[in-house]
Amino acid sequence: MSFLRFLYTCVRLMLRGGWAYWCWVLLLLALVAWGADAYLTQFKDGLILSNMRDEVSWGFYVGNFTFLVGVAAAAVLLVIPAYVYEWKPIKEVAILGELLAISAIVMCLLFVIVDMGRPDRFWHVIPFLGVLNFPRSLLAWDCLVLNAYLGLNVFIVVYLLYCTYVGKHYNKALAGPLILFSVPLAISIHTVTAFLYNGMPSRPFWNASILAPRFLCSAFCSGPAIMIIVFQILQRTTRLKIQNEAIWKVAELMAYAMFLNLFLLGAEVFKEYYSATQHLVHFQYLFSGFHGANSLVVYSWAAIACSVISFVLFLVPATRRNFVTLNLGCLLIYTGVYIEKGIGLVVPGFTPSILGEIYEYVPTLNEVRIGGAVFSIGFLVFTFLCKIAVPMMTGEFRTAGLAEPGSESAGDAHAGTPVVVT
Amino acid sequence: MSMTPDLPCSGSCAGGGVAPPPPGADADLPAGVSRREFVEASAKMLAAVALVSGCDTNVEEFLQKNFRELTPEELRQVVARLEKKYSEAAGKPVTVTTTPPLPNTLFGYGLDLSRCVGCRRCAYACARENNTSRSPQIQWIRVLELDKEKGVDLTHANAYYNPETVPQEDKFYMPVACHQCAKPPCVKVCPVKATWQEPDGIVVIDYNWCIGCRCCMAACPYGARRFNWGEPDLPAAEVNPHTHYLGNRPRMKGVVEKCTFCIQRVREGRYPACVEICPVGARKFGNLLDPESEIRVIMRQKRVFVLKEEIGTEPKFFYFYAT
Repeated sequence: MSFLRFLYTCVRLMLRGGWAYWCWVLLLLALVAWGADAYLTQFKDGLILSNMRDEVSWGFYVGNFTFLVGVAAAAVLLVIPAYVYEWKPIKEVAILGELLAISAIVMCLLFVIVDMGRPDRFWHVIPFLGVLNFPRSLLAWDCLVLNAYLGLNVFIVVYLLYCTYVGKHYNKALAGPLILFSVPLAISIHTVTAFLYNGMPSRPFWNASILAPRFLCSAFCSGPAIMIIVFQILQRTTRLKIQNEAIWKVAELMAYAMFLNLFLLGAEVFKEYYSATQHLVHFQYLFSGFHGANSLVVYSWAAIACSVISFVLFLVPATRRNFVTLNLGCLLIYTGVYIEKGIGLVVPGFTPSILGEIYEYVPTLNEVRIGGAVFSIGFLVFTFLCKIAVPMMTGEFRTAGLAEPGSESAGDAHAGTPVVVT
Repeated sequence: MSMTPDLPCSGSCAGGGVAPPPPGADADLPAGVSRREFVEASAKMLAAVALVSGCDTNVEEFLQKNFRELTPEELRQVVARLEKKYSEAAGKPVTVTTTPPLPNTLFGYGLDLSRCVGCRRCAYACARENNTSRSPQIQWIRVLELDKEKGVDLTHANAYYNPETVPQEDKFYMPVACHQCAKPPCVKVCPVKATWQEPDGIVVIDYNWCIGCRCCMAACPYGARRFNWGEPDLPAAEVNPHTHYLGNRPRMKGVVEKCTFCIQRVREGRYPACVEICPVGARKFGNLLDPESEIRVIMRQKRVFVLKEEIGTEPKFFYFYAT
């Protein structure tokens, strides 16, 4: 009963907001509608509305999926410094990482669905209902770990918020291990996604053991980049106390991750160019163009420039602590990793094709519209989750008269207590 | 010469020609009453979802199980439904057989690179035989033009050669289709077991179970798999009415397809369409388990090689130079 009232409060919290909030929500809804229209056409006419073809059979959708798995994985990795090093400033905001993880996984699953030739047969993948090729197929693994990760994060978030709502202290023996379990699961979702590519000897561009470590390093950059921006928005728009130390610490960790990311990229580039086997053609297509096909070249170099500049910005303490350069660095990291782990990962794997054909893939407007809708749904989910979670974390939902009636007395004591495992 | 076999639909092939799935094919699938009940209850729920969402596929098709999980009775119903559907669309009787593998048979293919002239008759005969979409055009065989100076090096292959006459003096030609690998990477990656290897070595696809994720296309080292990016267009007059469930029956949009060595023919003791049409006799076919078969004689007397042997897929498609 009180859980129903909790859900009701969540809806009411979601519907509270000023004009800026509603403009943001309406903008996202408009983008969702625009993309939904594109998706309906694709559902009817097929993936022929994309520019994917037999030669490049994955593209924009799968690229976004891969990038967002990284975001989802890295969001929860804020939990590591929070709990392993007992770093309190980050501990207070770790739950926000879980909210981002939920939103990112929602986007991942949607990108998989829009990429399917037969979305109506989605049930074939559901364990016990369909026929899952487990444990042989890495996509089957991916379905399982992504959903497990989503389920775990939803459970943790709902449980912690519900405890706050009813004014009870959460069960430490339950929440603690679950939060810690989300760390290996976060690493596993991105590793399994890397193995999905990695395990294909037919595609030398992906068939390198360095792929999974590279995935993790770039994810440790892109996920926190989003979190740093979100922290600052929440600092300004809510009463949530987020210490600058927490933001700077995250930025410092990102600098280390970016160093590793660049190092691993360098190791791979050395191996490919120095040995210069036939497999080099995919790197050539990415970095210098191949037989006149060069639509990715400008993006791949832009990605490298973004990564190098942001690495410097995050390494130097002065620029790390300056919010202008910090935010610039975040945007650069986001752009760099988005290119590198999206189109820059998927398309060169297919170009030139297995039989030596060069088909230059560029997404169609229809694909971009559908992608935009998926991102908008993700942003909507994240916005709503923050809208619900932040007032509960700060305790201000009680002063707004939205608290559980029976918990008024406990309310004051808990006001201002962030939802964290201590 | 007509490439379309003219097989009238007798009473036996309309319904009696249905065979159960190959024995042992579903041995690795868990079976149990409780699971069956669960699946059926869930299936009803899914049917409701399908009705509400207004899918253009009908409910029976939506709920159809994986080919290897169908009971003989369910398979009979599925085949009857498909035959009715295809016959109505084609305006003539279309049969869907489920002929099981022949005993002691492992099919192998030989391609004589010194004979192939690059005429592409095989690619078009294959399309006619296998009911592939004419628009967008899907062909299971891709003939590559290669430079004699460079040998078998796919990085400079050209599939779109179009000279006045073939063969060109400085070129040779290498047709590529599904190599029916003994260790097929495509089967390994499929998340829903929609593609598998039959006991006679043919890698098949259940077009009604494929979800269109295209993992198999990324995994195939021979570029053999084709996707129905749009709704396949096959003019009624051009439909080959003699089809196999796992082979050349008409496909739908959003699923993967590929060469099956003409499963509808070879399981009835006939040659694949490409072997029959080849004007220079470059294509050979036979049972690898029979020491006297054409393919085994070639393997003994000529020197064969497979494409990309380093990947370890163990193709049953052998190239050779007879002269």
